[in-house]
Amino acid sequence: MNIVVCLKQVPGTTEVKIDPVKNTLIRQGIKSIVNPFDAYALEEGVRLKERYTGKVTAISMGPPQAVDMLRDAISTGADEAVILSDIAFAGADTWATAYTLGKAVRKINNFDLVICGRQTIDGDTGQVGPELAEMLGIPFIAYVSKVEEITDRKIRVQRMAEDGYETIETTLPAVITVVKEINIPRLPSFRGMTKAKTAQVPTWKAEDIGAEKENVGLAGSATQVVKIFFPKIVQTAEMLKGDAETQINSLVAKLKEAKLI
Amino acid sequence: MDYFLTEQQKMLKQLTRRLAEERILPVRAELDEKEEYPRAIIKDIADADLFRVFIPEKYDGLGGGTLELCLVVEELSRICGSVAVSYAVTALGAYALLLYGNEEQKQKYLPLIASGKKLCAFGLTESAAGSDAGNIKTTAEKTTDGYLINGTKQFITNGGEADIYTIIALTDKTKGARGASAFIMEKDTPGFTFGKKEKKMGIRSSTTRELVFRNCLIPTENLIGKEGMGFIITLKVLDHSRPGIGAQAMGIAQGAMEAAIDYTQQRIQFGHPLISLAVVQHILANMAIKIEASRALIYSVGRYIDSGAKSFTEEAATAKVFASDTAMEVTTNAVQVCGGAGYMRDYPLEKMMRDAKITQIYEGSNEVLRNAIAVALRKRKGRNA
Repeated sequence: MNIVVCLKQVPGTTEVKIDPVKNTLIRQGIKSIVNPFDAYALEEGVRLKERYTGKVTAISMGPPQAVDMLRDAISTGADEAVILSDIAFAGADTWATAYTLGKAVRKINNFDLVICGRQTIDGDTGQVGPELAEMLGIPFIAYVSKVEEITDRKIRVQRMAEDGYETIETTLPAVITVVKEINIPRLPSFRGMTKAKTAQVPTWKAEDIGAEKENVGLAGSATQVVKIFFPKIVQTAEMLKGDAETQINSLVAKLKEAKLI
Repeated sequence: MDYFLTEQQKMLKQLTRRLAEERILPVRAELDEKEEYPRAIIKDIADADLFRVFIPEKYDGLGGGTLELCLVVEELSRICGSVAVSYAVTALGAYALLLYGNEEQKQKYLPLIASGKKLCAFGLTESAAGSDAGNIKTTAEKTTDGYLINGTKQFITNGGEADIYTIIALTDKTKGARGASAFIMEKDTPGFTFGKKEKKMGIRSSTTRELVFRNCLIPTENLIGKEGMGFIITLKVLDHSRPGIGAQAMGIAQGAMEAAIDYTQQRIQFGHPLISLAVVQHILANMAIKIEASRALIYSVGRYIDSGAKSFTEEAATAKVFASDTAMEVTTNAVQVCGGAGYMRDYPLEKMMRDAKITQIYEGSNEVLRNAIAVALRKRKGRNA
């Protein structure tokens, strides 16, 4: 099994501030972490490698400092890591990101399975996984909560549905995105950390993966961010006054009025 | 304080701290309450390579020594002294093999211990042989098929959980302590059973049981060293493991001090945080002084042992006694400065105080160890090198 896991470095908080002029996230002073859903993807890749033998390659498109996250991936079981870093990649939307990742995955010969997290906690779109499968022209399964079996160039998984789960089988190679229910990511091992310290993490630029400049980064983005803003918080709550009994009586009256009880 | 740890040692400490905070902290109160052996955490510890720490590289270990073992035990104990002893006792059970095992024994067992696939325990204590360890009654009778072991061991940490037991038994009853020998006893040996699980004051998630041997036949090659060496092996094993108990005590004390500082910073009385009171500040400062002194002592003894020192009974005892007395004092005072909250099971301090107590008792009670220190003191007339 030749497995590729896509990782993204995201701000380690959900309370990011937005630069009102540039319409981008203010990342200064916020520690970067691996996107939590991607940690499940990596763990599943490592578990599948342990089950079926093979190799796990972690890839990430991002600034040079994302190499720290990729080293952490090696310390928790990835065999190799590659960083896709090029000034031309900057400002990519999901389409341009999927295009770039697709080019990189193609460069990794004979891949069998690509695993991504279901979505990132910063962009939250959940689009890159399916778009990547489209770019590669291979099957895609979202919200995988269990990999049941891989046999004879086929993968059978459980996919979370709104009520219960579906069992789906498809041919390999394929792209899957995983949910947090799939596993508990392991901690690094001491040997893994030692290996990660000295591991070579090559940087691939646009020309290394044969990506056309007009398809990557801001230039290749089909969408444009016009404005990012916080929705206005409108206070519509009505505070009931008086002692407990008065409050309860007026609450009951209001619920009756609204025909809720 | 910078102890000039190597990059590897710092990495080991960081890794253990992360494991302890992420995997042990969320469940430590529950494990204590339910007196439940932390099997899942022991697996995490194995997966993180921490059982490899004290095993030579030749046998699939990381090639560390006493200092590395102490660093791991310290960080585990800072969060939970009970999980820490469940880990450390495998080192205690493995030391006889490490120090006196022959090549075949080491090849057979050490890689399995390093990977965490096999856990260890050490069986010395009996109902009539605690501090008076020379009074053991368990016998090992040599037969044509091997050694026949009979007897009962008491208060054995990891009893029932471990796979490999180093046990001390008499091969010659007429010679007393000089007739004792050390053996490897595997868990599945016919006739080897376990007595009841003890209910303890502290370190409650660790398992303590009796080991019962009824005509257990073990192969001759399970003898460690030579017949009659059992006591020498025991003394050496305990000299090696005692700094680890010191590290356990010091880690518990460190955790207690941190919890006491957190609480006294938040708790407002008379309009100010408790920590603004001089009386509280002095208690906390005394904790810090003694914990740092314990740490310096333990790391120094660890380094001394790892440098290849031949004899270090006094040094190892000194570190264990000082750190464990400190842990008892620090945890007691931590409960005191946190008042009612310190006494409640919703807070971690009462558990730390209960866990600390055992460090003054096991692996040589502090009284027995003071005797040993006094013997050495008389021999060298109190002069230092």
